[in-house]
Amino acid sequence: MAFVNRRVLPGFSLSLGYTMFYLTVLVLLPILACISKASTLTFDQFWAAVWTERTRAAYLLTFGTSLVAAGVNVVLGLLVAWVLVRYRFPGRRLMDSLIDLPLALPTAVGGLVYASLYVKKGWLGQYLVPLGIQAAYSRLAIVLVLVFIGLPFVVRTVQPVLEDLDAEAEEAAASLGASRWQSFRRVILPPLYPALLTGFALAFARSLGEYGSVVFVSGNMPYKTEIAPVLIVARLQEYAYGEATAIAVVLLAISFAMLVLINLLERWSKGAAHA
Amino acid sequence: MKIHFLPQAILAVLVAAGPSPAASVELLNVSYDPTRELWRELNASFIAQYQKEKGVTVSVKQSHGGSSSQARAVIDGLEADVVTLASYIDTDAIAQRGLITGDWAKRLPGNSLPYTSTIVFVVRKGNPKGIKDWPDLVKPGVEIITPNPKTSGNGYLTFFSAWGSVVLRGGTRAQAMDYVTKLYRQVPVLDSGARGSTVTFVQREIGDVHLAWENEARLEVAEAKGDLDIVYPPISIRAEPHVAIVDVNVDRKKTRAVAEAYLRYLYTDAGQEIIAKHYYRPANDVVLKRNAARFPTLRLFSIKEIALDFPDAHKQFIAEGGVFDRIYKPR
Repeated sequence: MAFVNRRVLPGFSLSLGYTMFYLTVLVLLPILACISKASTLTFDQFWAAVWTERTRAAYLLTFGTSLVAAGVNVVLGLLVAWVLVRYRFPGRRLMDSLIDLPLALPTAVGGLVYASLYVKKGWLGQYLVPLGIQAAYSRLAIVLVLVFIGLPFVVRTVQPVLEDLDAEAEEAAASLGASRWQSFRRVILPPLYPALLTGFALAFARSLGEYGSVVFVSGNMPYKTEIAPVLIVARLQEYAYGEATAIAVVLLAISFAMLVLINLLERWSKGAAHA
Repeated sequence: MKIHFLPQAILAVLVAAGPSPAASVELLNVSYDPTRELWRELNASFIAQYQKEKGVTVSVKQSHGGSSSQARAVIDGLEADVVTLASYIDTDAIAQRGLITGDWAKRLPGNSLPYTSTIVFVVRKGNPKGIKDWPDLVKPGVEIITPNPKTSGNGYLTFFSAWGSVVLRGGTRAQAMDYVTKLYRQVPVLDSGARGSTVTFVQREIGDVHLAWENEARLEVAEAKGDLDIVYPPISIRAEPHVAIVDVNVDRKKTRAVAEAYLRYLYTDAGQEIIAKHYYRPANDVVLKRNAARFPTLRLFSIKEIALDFPDAHKQFIAEGGVFDRIYKPR
């Protein structure tokens, strides 16, 4: 106990108890309610609801676009974080506060704005559509809004780590004859892996559940641009609560599995960074 | 849908915490999306009339949203005194959970329908694609805007209309299937709700024709100031937005008398005139005739001509595994 009492927060049991309570009420209970609702179905009904050609297309689209968007965000986010940390220029603070805007903006607004920009008569669409680039009502459109929504997660996880990074290590690498690419890949990148993976996981998880913005830009065409949350809403429309939650449970299960996988990767990369 | 939930929850709390119904009575009317302007005017007119007649001050709170998410909110505990939803399916879902009792549709005149509506076409100025009737929609190169039948009342009413336009004019089911398949292949965007489709058609300028609620179409054309025209097809569905008292709630809140007076008021001449003014087709024939210029005649077919009733039609055509699902199945 003497060991425990040296912690900043008083009472290990109190803080643990609070954490458990909080997690249970806010996270676990809703998930349990979801699972219990889905379990009102028989196995055959459950399977019929969650595993059709159409739901499979929707899962693929949801997970595929989320993965691509999170991947794009890792590259873009690292670049943005780098610029914000390593350079001093007028407007930097403004740019820094702009990063969080996608978190504050109602996502439906984001979706509406993106769609109106990229349609045939939109500001950007008038140049893109003649080139054959359909960035509204297509899969590309979904990726675009998901990138918009996920960007802050990568930037905000990478930024503090980058700030702590010692410039001396880079200088040492340079003086030992490393090329720019070598010192980026061998010196700068490894300590960033855990933060990049966390950012990736957050952006990815955020994208999986996104509904508000995507329905406005995707066009919602079955088998093509219909995301899994749209199917859930469609089933609710039929008052088929069990079937709707069944799809939600499948999404939850796949998401959970992928997040565990990313966590393992992250732990492994931390080990690699320290070695 | 999630967007609508919070305001409703707050409203529910407000209503629950409201004062006792002695001196003044508060009603909550849970309705669907495009009826905001209609109810604002009806409420004001009813409140003045009731004050004059009974000396009781009534206030009416409104809640608007997608019709089926509104129904789900009532089922989940939103304390609505009356529901005025877009479709029988949604009101019936509330009744099936025991909140509305008995043969509710028979309780008010005209099958509890103070007004009906339909689905019409909105086209670009001068109707460049020459769209006059349902078959014109599937001509090559015509782009159609209408919401997703799976998530929108406007959406499934469009589907029923399209289906009826074939089978009620001598077509077979196979021909109807072929027609709706062609039609939905020419829909580039399936918005989730009626207003979303309006934005796509009007602001984004996508599509040649918008299949919309008659009252929405009128508003849309009026606001476009000459850029859009309305086209009445010769045949379309009769949409039936029923009204009903939520028995369990009015009995607990002791608001039944006022709620009944409120719904009966819709059938008075004054109520019917307001309804007509907002381009909903009044139930009263005299008022309808008086406003004949606003409501061109077309054959409005009943859902019973293509299915047993609205729930059956939804099950056959729209629900999982129904006709609509077959349209998009990759061949």
